[in-house]
Amino acid sequence: METQLVLEKWAGVISTLTIGADAKEGGTRANTVKIGGQKSLPLLFKEGDIPNPTAIAFEIWDVSPLDWPEELVAAYGKALDNPFDWADKCINEFKAKLLCVRMQGAHPDFGNKGPKEAAEFISILLSRVKVPLIIIGCGDDAKDNQILPACSESARNERCLIGCAVQENYKTLVASIMADGHNIIAESPIDINIAKQLNILISDMGLNLERIAINPTIGALGYGLEYAYSIMERARLAGLSGDKTLASPFICFAGQESWRAKEARISPEQGIIWEIITATSLMQAGADLLILRHPEAAKKVSEHIDILFKNKS
Amino acid sequence: MALSGLDIYKLLPKTNCKQCGFATCLAFAMQLAKKTLTIEKCPFVSPEAKNTLEEQSLPAIKLITLGANQSKFEVGNETVLFRHEEKFRNPAGLGFIIDDSLADIQIKKRIEKIKQFSFERVGQLLEVNLIAVKQNSNTKRFLEASELVLNNTTLPIMLISDDPAALRQAAAVTAARRPLLYCATKDNLNQIAPIAKEFQLPVVVASQDINELAHLTKELSSLGIKDIILDTGVKDIGDKIWDLTQLRRQALKKSNRALGYPSLVIVDKTNPYDEAVEAAACIAKYAGIVLIKGIESWAVLSILTLRQNIYTDPQKPLQIEPKLYPIGKATKESPVLITTNFSLSYYTVLGEVEASKIPSYILSVDTEGMSVLTAWAAEKFNAESITKSLDRCGIKDIVDHKNLIIPGYVAILSGDLEEQSGFKVIVGPKEAAGIPAFLKNLN
Ligand code: SF4
Repeated sequence: METQLVLEKWAGVISTLTIGADAKEGGTRANTVKIGGQKSLPLLFKEGDIPNPTAIAFEIWDVSPLDWPEELVAAYGKALDNPFDWADKCINEFKAKLLCVRMQGAHPDFGNKGPKEAAEFISILLSRVKVPLIIIGCGDDAKDNQILPACSESARNERCLIGCAVQENYKTLVASIMADGHNIIAESPIDINIAKQLNILISDMGLNLERIAINPTIGALGYGLEYAYSIMERARLAGLSGDKTLASPFICFAGQESWRAKEARISPEQGIIWEIITATSLMQAGADLLILRHPEAAKKVSEHIDILFKNKS
Repeated sequence: MALSGLDIYKLLPKTNCKQCGFATCLAFAMQLAKKTLTIEKCPFVSPEAKNTLEEQSLPAIKLITLGANQSKFEVGNETVLFRHEEKFRNPAGLGFIIDDSLADIQIKKRIEKIKQFSFERVGQLLEVNLIAVKQNSNTKRFLEASELVLNNTTLPIMLISDDPAALRQAAAVTAARRPLLYCATKDNLNQIAPIAKEFQLPVVVASQDINELAHLTKELSSLGIKDIILDTGVKDIGDKIWDLTQLRRQALKKSNRALGYPSLVIVDKTNPYDEAVEAAACIAKYAGIVLIKGIESWAVLSILTLRQNIYTDPQKPLQIEPKLYPIGKATKESPVLITTNFSLSYYTVLGEVEASKIPSYILSVDTEGMSVLTAWAAEKFNAESITKSLDRCGIKDIVDHKNLIIPGYVAILSGDLEEQSGFKVIVGPKEAAGIPAFLKNLN
C-alpha cells in the first residue's frame, strides 16, 4: 500500500505587506521588500505557496547605543558614533536590504529629542540611504505620540513600516500612518486575543488589515522564546483557517531580545549564536520579518533563509 | 486517528446485556471512544475485537528507550503537532558523531569534552544523550573506536557502519549498553535485522523515500523487531522539515503504524553556526534524535536551550518553590529583592544578584508560575500577595531594616505595598541586567 502524504489545505492566506515605495509609486526607495502572502504553514513549501522569503532588517539607532554589550559594539566600531555612518555600514558592508531605525534619542533618558529633530533625522536618513525603512519609537508612549507622527510625515509616500501601536495607544499613530501612506506594527504582549483585538481596532479606524504587521513580543532563546513561539503558531493557524484579523505577517525583534540575555556577554560566539537561534527558531513559528543586530548573525540567518528558499527564487 | 464510538460499537457483541454498567453496547462504545474506561468492563467481547482495540490504544508514535542502565533516555510517544495543543513529551536526544579515523587520543579528548556538556538553566539540568561511533576505516579500527567509547563514557551508544559484518562485531562488543544500530536499508535489511534480533537492539531504518520507509518498518516488524527509528537521509533543511512534519502527521493524523516511530536526523554541516541552526530547526520540528559532529560548547548550549524551550509544558510554566532565598552570606542588613516564582524571573534575578557579589535575599512570591507583568495583570503579584509572602517567610525576624526592592515594571505597586506591608519600597530596575549597578549604588 502506498503511503499517501498528509496535506493541509487552507482557506486563508497571510496578507502581503510591502515596505518601501520606489519612484513609480511616488517614493524614492531603490528597492522594496515584501513579506507575508503565504498559503501554508511556515516553511512547508510543498503544501502551499510561500511567495516571499523571510526578511531581515538591520537595527540602527538615531543615537549611539549606551547599553549594548561589548561584542555587539565591536562589530560596528566607530560607525556607532554617527547613525548615518552606521546606516551606510549596514548597507555597504553588510548588504542590508532593509533598515530598522529606533528613535531612541527621543526617550527622556536618552536625550529627549523633540518631533522636529526626529523629522529632520528621518529626512536626512531617507536621502542618505535608498533601502526601505522601518521606524520604531523610543518606547515612551507620550514621546512616541509626538515624534512618530513627525517621522511619518517626514517620510510621506515612502511606505515605511512604523510602530509600535499598542492596545492602549494606537490612535495617534494610525491616523498619521493613514495620512502618509505607511504600514503599522501592532504590538501585543504575548497574547493572541489582544493581537486580534488590536488589529480590529486599527482596521476599524480605516487602516486596511493588509497594512498591519504583528509584533507578538518575543522572548529570546532561553528567555521565554516558547511563549511567543506558540502564540505565533496559534495565530498563524487561525489566519490560515480564514481569520483575516489574525492573518498578518509577524515582525520579531530577535536582535534586541537576544542581546539582553546573559549569554550575550559570555563570548562573541555565544552572543551571535543566541541571536541566530532565536531568529531561526521563530521562523519555524512563522516569523516573516526579523530585526537583527549583529552582522554575523544576520549573515548566518540570511544563509539559512537562502537554503530554505533556494527553490523559490 | 482514534476509533470513533460507532467503529467501536461494530466490534462489540451488540446484545445490550448491561453487564458493563451501560444500558446499551452503543453507550459503552461511546465511553470507550472517549477513553474514560477500558474494554475489560465488557466480559463478552471477542479476542479479535479486543486486539484491535488494544492496538488502537497504543501510542501513535512508539516510545523507544535508548541505552541501558543509568543513562537511558526515551524518545517518541508524541501526541501533538503543535505544542500548544498539549505539550511535546520526550525531549529530542542530542548525540555526537565520532569518526573512527581519529586517533585514540583525539577520540578520548572528544569524549571528555562531550561528557562536560551539562548546563543548568532555570533550575533544570540540560544534558546531551548519545555518542555515535562512525566507521570510516577497517573493521578492526571500528571495533577499537567502539571500545574506546564504551569504556570512556556511560552515555548511550550508537553504531554507524555500512558493513553489516563490522556492525555485528561492534554490536557484540557493546551489546550490554544496547547500542542503536545504524542503519537498515532496502539493500541490507536482511543482514541488519538478524543483528538487531540477536542482541535485542533498537535499529535505525533509512530511506530517502517515506513510502519505502513504511515498507521497511513493516518488514522489520514482521521479523519481530519493534524498536525502530526512522531516518530519511541527508537532505536540505527545507526537505528535512517537510519529511519530519510528514512523519509526525502520518503517525498522528492517519494512525499510520508503519511510520509511528521516532525520527532521527544527522546534521551534515561543518560550520558550527550552520550545524546549530539546522539541529535547532529539526528539534523544533519533531526530530526524536539529532546527531551533530561539532563540539563547541556555545553551539551545544544553544541547541539544548532551544530543546528546553520547545519541550516546556505550555500548561505548566517552570516554577520554583515560593519562599525567601538567601543569596551569598546574607545578613540582617542585606537587601531584599522581590520577584515571582516563575523560574525564568527568579533565575534571571538570581544570576544578576550573584554577579553583583552583594549578599541579598530574594523573595519569590507565589504567582502560580506567572512572570512579573503577567502576574501583575492577573492580580497575583500585588501588595496583598507580596505582604502575605513577607509575613509567611518571617522577614521581620530575618532582617533589621525595612526596605523592599520591587521590579521596575511594577513601580505602580509602591504605595499600596508600603501601606499594607509597613516596609519602605525602593523601585528597582526594569531589566534584571540593571541589578548589579543598582545594588552597588543602593547605599
Ligand atoms: S457488557 Fe458488552 S455486550 Fe453487554 S452491554 Fe456492555 S458492551 Fe454490550
